[in-house]
Amino acid sequence: MKTKRRNGLSLLSIMPLYLFTIVFVAGPLIYLLVLSFLTRAEVWGVVNKFTLDNYRNILDPIYLKTFAESFKLAILSTSLVVLIGYPFGYFMAKLSAAWKRYMMLLIMIPFWISSLIRLYGWIIIFRANGTLDGILMGIGITSAPLKLLYTYPAVVVGMVYALVPFMIFAVYSSAEKLDWSMVEAARDLGATRWKAFTTVSLKMTLPGLLSGIVLTFIPSMGLFFIADLLGGNKIVLVGNLIQEQLMKAHNWPFAAALSVVLMVLTSLMIFLYRRITNVKELEGLI
Amino acid sequence: MSFREVLNGVQVEINTILRLEQITKSFGETLVLKGIDLSVYRGEFITLLGPSGCGKTTTLRIIAGLEIPDSGKVILEGRDVTFDEPNTRSVNTVFQNYALFPHMSVEANIGYSLRLKRVDKATIKNKVDEVLELVQLSGYSKRMPHELSGGQKQRVAIARAVINQPKVLLLDEPLGALDLQLRREMQTELKRFQTHLGITFIYITHDQEEALNMSDRIAVMNEGAFVQIGTPAEVYDRPQTAFTARFVGSANIIEGKLLSQDKDTVTFSCGDGIGIANLHSTPLTPGQSIAVAVRREHLHLLKTAPENAHGFDAIVKEKSFSGGILQILLSYGEGKELIASRHGLDSNLSPGDHVFVTWDPEHAVPVDLENPA
Amino acid sequence: MKNRTKLPNVYLGIIIAIMYLPILIVIIYSFNTSRISSIWGGFSLKWYVELFRDQSILEALKNSIVLATLSSLAAAFIGTIAAVGFTRVKLRSSGFVEYLSTLPIMIPEIILGVVFLIYFSLLGLPFGMTTLIIAHTAFCIPYVFMLVKARLAGMDKNLAEAARDLGASGPRAFLDITFPLILPAIASGMLLAFAMSFDDVVISIFVTGVNTNTLPIKIYTQLKTGVTPKINALCTLMFFVTVMLGLLFVFITNITNKRTTTKESSQ
Repeated sequence: MKTKRRNGLSLLSIMPLYLFTIVFVAGPLIYLLVLSFLTRAEVWGVVNKFTLDNYRNILDPIYLKTFAESFKLAILSTSLVVLIGYPFGYFMAKLSAAWKRYMMLLIMIPFWISSLIRLYGWIIIFRANGTLDGILMGIGITSAPLKLLYTYPAVVVGMVYALVPFMIFAVYSSAEKLDWSMVEAARDLGATRWKAFTTVSLKMTLPGLLSGIVLTFIPSMGLFFIADLLGGNKIVLVGNLIQEQLMKAHNWPFAAALSVVLMVLTSLMIFLYRRITNVKELEGLI
Repeated sequence: MSFREVLNGVQVEINTILRLEQITKSFGETLVLKGIDLSVYRGEFITLLGPSGCGKTTTLRIIAGLEIPDSGKVILEGRDVTFDEPNTRSVNTVFQNYALFPHMSVEANIGYSLRLKRVDKATIKNKVDEVLELVQLSGYSKRMPHELSGGQKQRVAIARAVINQPKVLLLDEPLGALDLQLRREMQTELKRFQTHLGITFIYITHDQEEALNMSDRIAVMNEGAFVQIGTPAEVYDRPQTAFTARFVGSANIIEGKLLSQDKDTVTFSCGDGIGIANLHSTPLTPGQSIAVAVRREHLHLLKTAPENAHGFDAIVKEKSFSGGILQILLSYGEGKELIASRHGLDSNLSPGDHVFVTWDPEHAVPVDLENPA
Repeated sequence: MKNRTKLPNVYLGIIIAIMYLPILIVIIYSFNTSRISSIWGGFSLKWYVELFRDQSILEALKNSIVLATLSSLAAAFIGTIAAVGFTRVKLRSSGFVEYLSTLPIMIPEIILGVVFLIYFSLLGLPFGMTTLIIAHTAFCIPYVFMLVKARLAGMDKNLAEAARDLGASGPRAFLDITFPLILPAIASGMLLAFAMSFDDVVISIFVTGVNTNTLPIKIYTQLKTGVTPKINALCTLMFFVTVMLGLLFVFITNITNKRTTTKESSQ
């Protein structure tokens, strides 16, 4: 029948995605899970023997400390991202249509440029006798180089810098949908500016804010190269640990177990986001 | 069956351009069309009138071939086209939101169906100019759809659908998006196009004024079935069901028990009085429940009951004035309500007043309470 | 509601300035004669000249362009036809597969890198351009898929039906109507995918072979081992390429917005 034929073509058109997703997304993820329960071979590779050791290893104080460190940095960076990004996205939504477009472009461009280029800029700024030192010493605030590169604050700056655009997009996309007449109504009904903001604007932009938090918190645990380049070897994040276990120690099952844990944490956050906001797609993801 | 009846039957068969036979359609669990039958005659302007969700758009989409019915047949010019693809049917549609191709100029939109048929460019241009003139948009051929007003888009959509001279033109609430004044103008225009082109129009609307103004026949639809098919006068003046009376004529339905009947009238009890109505069709038995439709403007409100008059007492509850018409809400019997209307503001009635409600028997039509399933 | 004070605008300005600061610094120092970036030795283009003499950088650039082109093309193909297909058929597994297919941009990049590394070695695929293309296609698909899907959802369903009604066959209606209307979404999805692929370092590090360098990997290793100002020159060039791509993206998006206006006004 005719309906059958129409469906046939459509079925054919979703097949590539089905195949690709099953072979190259589902397959790898399942294998990751399997691998995390296998035993590491003496010298190289993996032995097909079930074990829980990899997960037990994570409980080792050294690794737990890495997780704690990662969390601490993620919380710190995310808080700063909220403080900087939320007002930005919110104010941006209040601009005129033309200015909104310019502003969007202005944020898009650095966001699209390789994060490495931007990191490199910060390296030049932070390094001993670099731009920042030059300025500070020039105007006499400091007398010796600060040696900011390869310190914790440098990593935080790098993280915040890399992640702020996510927050801005997320907050902006939900603040843009905000009906400003509701804020006016609140003011009209006697709310102060602050009260109108907390009772109306903040509530309405909450999905954006939460989405921004998910979009910054998750990557901030995995962006190993920022810790690497701005923190030297001093700051070890879960991301660095995974990379090290995989590339240097060749302990693949352990790296897999670490990835699974990180993944579970990620899913948990997305799940919570959906539960709280009842929104399926993360706000401002693209 | 008399010879005359047989002859009439043949005549009807020849004159039928489209026939729907026992069409059913459901979406998921919901039965949208409950086995509908309809014959559309050559060159007529027929309107499917019903509230939203009654299945009229689905009917149209089945005729166009955009949906396939679960059972039943669509016969176009004697041929079963139920399962034919929409592009192979000589039926075109004017969509509710016009569905003009936004990336094509007016000219390209209108000429689209001819381009598909590989008609040569010069002929296409001539024909496009011709229909543009018909819809009074000459000179707009290079415009893009977003540069047109609502009424202009409407005309382009019609031009696009008629250029190929379809046997049947389907119009899905084409005036719905226009404002009131433009809608009135377009009603006249549409009727003019139809007469000029001689194409059969199947028109969908939920607006009874539109249906009454333009149609040769109206098919009143409710809950996936036709409740009455007839000329505007029949549907308006002699509704068969309470639904038709309410929906088409905004009539009051007065319920009661039959007391007696003679050759052309029935007498029944209602409220605290009696009513008289014209008998149109089926004979009734005394004591049977009866429902009678009386339109708002046909209710007379009197300060005192004249002798021997039929009718009943009522109390004025509310008055409202809109569009030059005064609407009066009345209550009678045990919590039952009626609405009467008057032209102009003139009325000595105020809420709380007691009145006697009566009507001319020839304006009262017995109707079925339930829709025939 | 308009802001009463100029303060918010000042704030926006400051943040934008800070955003561009590191980029500006890189650009300025790319014209610096001195080898040491903290000292300004005068204007020169010599690092650009040297850049174009460095075969390994040019090789990496070529790899990056090939990689980004192929994976964004593959993503455009798979993502587009799938988005179109999903509007017509719904299988019980559709929702789940859709969710799975967007995972690559939801989970941390590093996990995606790990996952591909172990999986490709399980399959015995040789690490190099092939593995890079597969991995990049995986995270490029969601960009095209989601943008095209959103465009289709916002598109008037009656348009394709109108074409069918006017005599077009199913495939013809798709080519004449649906495809031109989703083309801007496909193009902007592809551009986004291209940019993401061109810039990716995390996933690439995991799945590349010993002999295949992409530009970001090259820069990363240089940043770790010691930088020559050639990198500044390279970064500057990449900056301008990205700006061009960005402007192109905005341009395409504007066209899309213009076209959708027909739909709004008719309702």
